[in-house]
Amino acid sequence: MNSPAQIMNEDFSLPVSSRLAFRFSRHIRERIIEFILLLAASIAVLTTLAIVVILVYESLPFFQHVSLKDFLTDTQWTPLFDDAHYGIMPLVAGTLVTTGVALSVAIPLGTIIAIYLSEFASHKVRETVKPFLELLGAVPTIVFGYFALVFVTPLLQSTILPNLPGFNMLSAGLVMGVMIIPYVSSLSEDAMHAVPMHMREASYAMGATRFQTAFRVVTPAAFSGIAAAYILGISRAMGETMVVAVAAGMQANMTWNPMEPAETMTAYIVQVSLGDLPHGSIGYQTIFAVGLTLILMTLVFNIMGFLLTRRFRERY
Amino acid sequence: MAANNEQHIQEIRALIKKHKIWDKVFAIVGLLAMLVGVTTLIVLFANLAIDGAPRLLSWDFYTSFPSRRASSAGILSAWVGTTLVMLVTAISAVPIGVAAGIYLEEYAPKNWMTAIIEINVTNLAGVPSIVYGLLALGLFVYQFGLGQSILAAGLTLALLILPVVIVATREAIRSIPQAIREAAYAVGSTRWQVVHDHVLPYSTGGILTGVIIGLSRAIGETAPIITIGALTFIAFLPDSPFKGEFPYISFDWIMAPFTVMPIQMFSWTSRPEEEFQFNAAAAGLVLLGMTLLMNALAIYLRYRIRRNIKW
Repeated sequence: MNSPAQIMNEDFSLPVSSRLAFRFSRHIRERIIEFILLLAASIAVLTTLAIVVILVYESLPFFQHVSLKDFLTDTQWTPLFDDAHYGIMPLVAGTLVTTGVALSVAIPLGTIIAIYLSEFASHKVRETVKPFLELLGAVPTIVFGYFALVFVTPLLQSTILPNLPGFNMLSAGLVMGVMIIPYVSSLSEDAMHAVPMHMREASYAMGATRFQTAFRVVTPAAFSGIAAAYILGISRAMGETMVVAVAAGMQANMTWNPMEPAETMTAYIVQVSLGDLPHGSIGYQTIFAVGLTLILMTLVFNIMGFLLTRRFRERY
Repeated sequence: MAANNEQHIQEIRALIKKHKIWDKVFAIVGLLAMLVGVTTLIVLFANLAIDGAPRLLSWDFYTSFPSRRASSAGILSAWVGTTLVMLVTAISAVPIGVAAGIYLEEYAPKNWMTAIIEINVTNLAGVPSIVYGLLALGLFVYQFGLGQSILAAGLTLALLILPVVIVATREAIRSIPQAIREAAYAVGSTRWQVVHDHVLPYSTGGILTGVIIGLSRAIGETAPIITIGALTFIAFLPDSPFKGEFPYISFDWIMAPFTVMPIQMFSWTSRPEEEFQFNAAAAGLVLLGMTLLMNALAIYLRYRIRRNIKW
């Protein structure tokens, strides 16, 4: 007669304690796997370090050649000409103008869409519209650049701005604005979604309408999240390359007028990279200096945004 | 007194009714705002379709090299280049991204090192793509000596989409109930056995969705590839990976110069002749088609996973 206890005894003749005893081979295998996974995760840190090191290391020769004062105050950027000037201001102005135009489109529209989707739209509308907005964010930027150059600029020329040049910052900025709407709207909507329901209910109980609840209760309560969405939008717009490279022109131009052609920092990097670029040449050094400036500007905006959101953070 | 109260309620009702007009107004404004986005998408697509259709529908367009004559120029070297670069990107980004996601979700202790890694993943997602191009130019092209090759481009895009893959992996893993892990530990599994036999199989769908979204972003990236010095005019194909004689597989293509779809489109867009714009539009359509197809696949996968989950 075989009782279950006997089967157990036959199959596992070892005492319980040594079966579960610490096994070195198994332990070492686990350790090795954990170490490999840690290595993979630390690539994120290494990438950040490498970005900083490479940008600083490759632009050091440039700053030995050009003084920081010239770099920041000269209003001409002609590093590849015989009469070379190394003032970053024209490129910074181009970046700020296109970013400004883009934000004046993306922030109002993105916020309105977020408020509408979160507080007004029915479930069905929300589920239908969101994939479309996501697609808008998925279209390759070079396609948006083509659209700005071949469709938006001629459209503006034939309707309200007949004197608009073929390359201009306005149409590049407008298209870029539509492009970053989904970034602003989806993050803002998430922030509004996180506002507890009882705050809305309290507002309705006082006789407030949807509009009043959305603008005086939900939006202020979600402000830190909405501000984070704006910061992401600014970073996107400043770092965007192909739209401005195609539609805004590749000629550094010290101007604050969006209806003129100008070059942004990113477009300059593309312009130089398109040509022959020997390692260590002055062109090679300048793109790293410009890249360093770009990332420092993004960093400043992000820190400002972080301080701002911390100041306005609501705790429920 | 009662009449006075009644009058008050009437006044309040009238007030709310007056305010409710704004609800309607804003509902219309909201719809209009969304219409701007959706209309742009439709007009963009229509504009590309009208300009690009004739070239898109001719077979030669896919089997010809770029040329000085717009009507005989094609995207052969571009789509081959894009395929090979995406191959390198997927092979390098997926294992590293998934491993990093597993570490952060299943292994990482709560300490300062983990916090630093997490902050870095978040920050990297916000770094402009052209900066990755500069990193790759300095590091891959010159320090590692990879040159302007398919390998350098693939690794650049892999770094670019790494945060996307990591975040998708973590979300997929996080949605698995703790009870499953506890059950596995209870019968004596080690941590890796839990991950390998339970966590990974259940999260494959979610990870795959993230990988596809990441690759669809990489396929349209132009700036970082231009920065590492990819050429715009390539009239030859990289060495074939398959050989007639032993060892049948060759990796020479990995160091070959190349061009990709978005660069080909950019180079045609910047030509002054109008016929080249039609080529650019057709290339844009192909690119857009690839991106939309990948996104649709990801949306479909996400939908199926949500429907099939049974816990």
